[in-house]
Amino acid sequence: MYNPTVARLTYRALLGRRRAAILFLLPALLIVIAAAVRALNGADDQVAVDVLGGFALATMVPLIGVIAGTGSIGPEIDDGSIVYLLSKPVQRSSIIFTKLIVAIAVTMAFSAIPTFIAGYILNGNGQQIAVAYTVAALVASIAYSALFLLLGTVSRHAVVIGLVYALVWETLFGSLVAGARTLSVQQWALALAQRIGGEGTITSDVGLPLAVGLLAGVSVLATWYAGQKLRTLKLAGEE
Amino acid sequence: MSTETENGRTAGAGAGSGSAAGAEAGTTRIHNIGYRNYEGSRLGRAYARRSLYSQSLRGAYGLGRSAKSKVLPMILFAVMCLPAAIIVAVAIATNLKTLPLDYTRYAIFTQAVIGLYLASQAPQSVSRDLRFKTVPLYFSRPIERVDYVLAKYGAMASALFVLTGAPLVILYAGSLLAKMDFADQTKGFGQGLVSVALLSLLFGGLGLVLAALTPRRGFGVAAVIATLTISYGAVSTLQAIAWSSDAIGAVKWLGLFSPVTLIDGVQTAFLGATSAFPGEAGPSAGVGVVYLLVVLALVLGSYAVLMRRYRKVGL
Repeated sequence: MYNPTVARLTYRALLGRRRAAILFLLPALLIVIAAAVRALNGADDQVAVDVLGGFALATMVPLIGVIAGTGSIGPEIDDGSIVYLLSKPVQRSSIIFTKLIVAIAVTMAFSAIPTFIAGYILNGNGQQIAVAYTVAALVASIAYSALFLLLGTVSRHAVVIGLVYALVWETLFGSLVAGARTLSVQQWALALAQRIGGEGTITSDVGLPLAVGLLAGVSVLATWYAGQKLRTLKLAGEE
Repeated sequence: MSTETENGRTAGAGAGSGSAAGAEAGTTRIHNIGYRNYEGSRLGRAYARRSLYSQSLRGAYGLGRSAKSKVLPMILFAVMCLPAAIIVAVAIATNLKTLPLDYTRYAIFTQAVIGLYLASQAPQSVSRDLRFKTVPLYFSRPIERVDYVLAKYGAMASALFVLTGAPLVILYAGSLLAKMDFADQTKGFGQGLVSVALLSLLFGGLGLVLAALTPRRGFGVAAVIATLTISYGAVSTLQAIAWSSDAIGAVKWLGLFSPVTLIDGVQTAFLGATSAFPGEAGPSAGVGVVYLLVVLALVLGSYAVLMRRYRKVGL
């Protein structure tokens, strides 16, 4: 299923040249903020939860997920060079699977590791907060990568749609309509964080079994459907 | 090759088919196929600049492009105007004496929509020219670098001004229909327009600078939205923490680091707005000058970066 050549090409497309800059910028900013907050405020569990939950998990992980997920396949479909890959004797589903693995690896590397470091800077892993949010970032990376990879195969405006989901749905509707929170990757990931973190520090609106089920279901379904989409891919003309 | 020789023989204009033409020199003719010099009026640089401006402005709303590219800008425009219409309807139905939302506050509330619009349209305006290598074609016309940059910048800022100004017009028209105080509403409307004009210039410049750095639309979109939301997310998180830890003095200085809070600060200091900062701890007129200077520096800075960027047409 895993094809090293496809993986190498995808890594290059994602991290080549200037593209990696935006990926490095976000984690760097998170760590700078964490350091500034620690210097300004001292170690405080509630502040650590605010920064990690509000900035790391709510903003940084989805953004990196969008960039890595859609970026691993979108540009290739966009400029038509995907046909050279599709014409090779490699199964479409294994192309998707490989690209998914790469997207997950990139998202995890650029979101979970900085989250962990920021958590340690903020309160030295008191109440297991750093570990909890790192685990949340790890599982959210899987779901986001799968979802946005699917979007990349479905639409040419994958980045915009992905951002609308990540920002408008999860942040705006999530804060206004309680029901919208059940359908949010962020809340599913938080359910896991809630289990790991100290009593009453982190809260999620979704129960743990439901969250795990939804996370696994969405990831698997999205990957399967992306493979189906790639089998019948039509190269659209330029607008 | 055989067809070429034949053409050369019959038309007699084929310079490449030397031997055949030489053999039948007597039958060789040169036809006048009617090439003429252009003798009409030349519309010149100003016209080209104006055309580029109007094309870019129309393109920012998908006009003159395919139906598919009209969908997103039009939806965002509708989403932008809808709350204003609802507010007006409620205000008229319940006989309010003032609008429940300040004119200056509207753009701050709808900043996500403005950000998405900018992220979707700024790369559309410049990245595609880079990717399809049409920039050299523009410069083969009688326009110069400064014309291209001014036209694109002007069009993006105008498109944003239309997007942010339209709901204010709806609010203003509604407030007059509801017979609210005319002088009061006109003053608020004017302040709102100045504020969104400044916002359009600032956002348009930042969006174009980021989009002009990449020929890929997707990366441009991500870069613009990341800059806007990340800076706003970081600043508002830090402001909330500074406020809750009683460092209220720091709140107004932190606002300098994100576009939305910059506009918020300027309008709080000079345009009679209520700040959206935690504890409404917006800048006073003194600090407001710093805000205004930063905004102007960013606007001029984006113009300078764009000018520098287009010294070279490629990347």
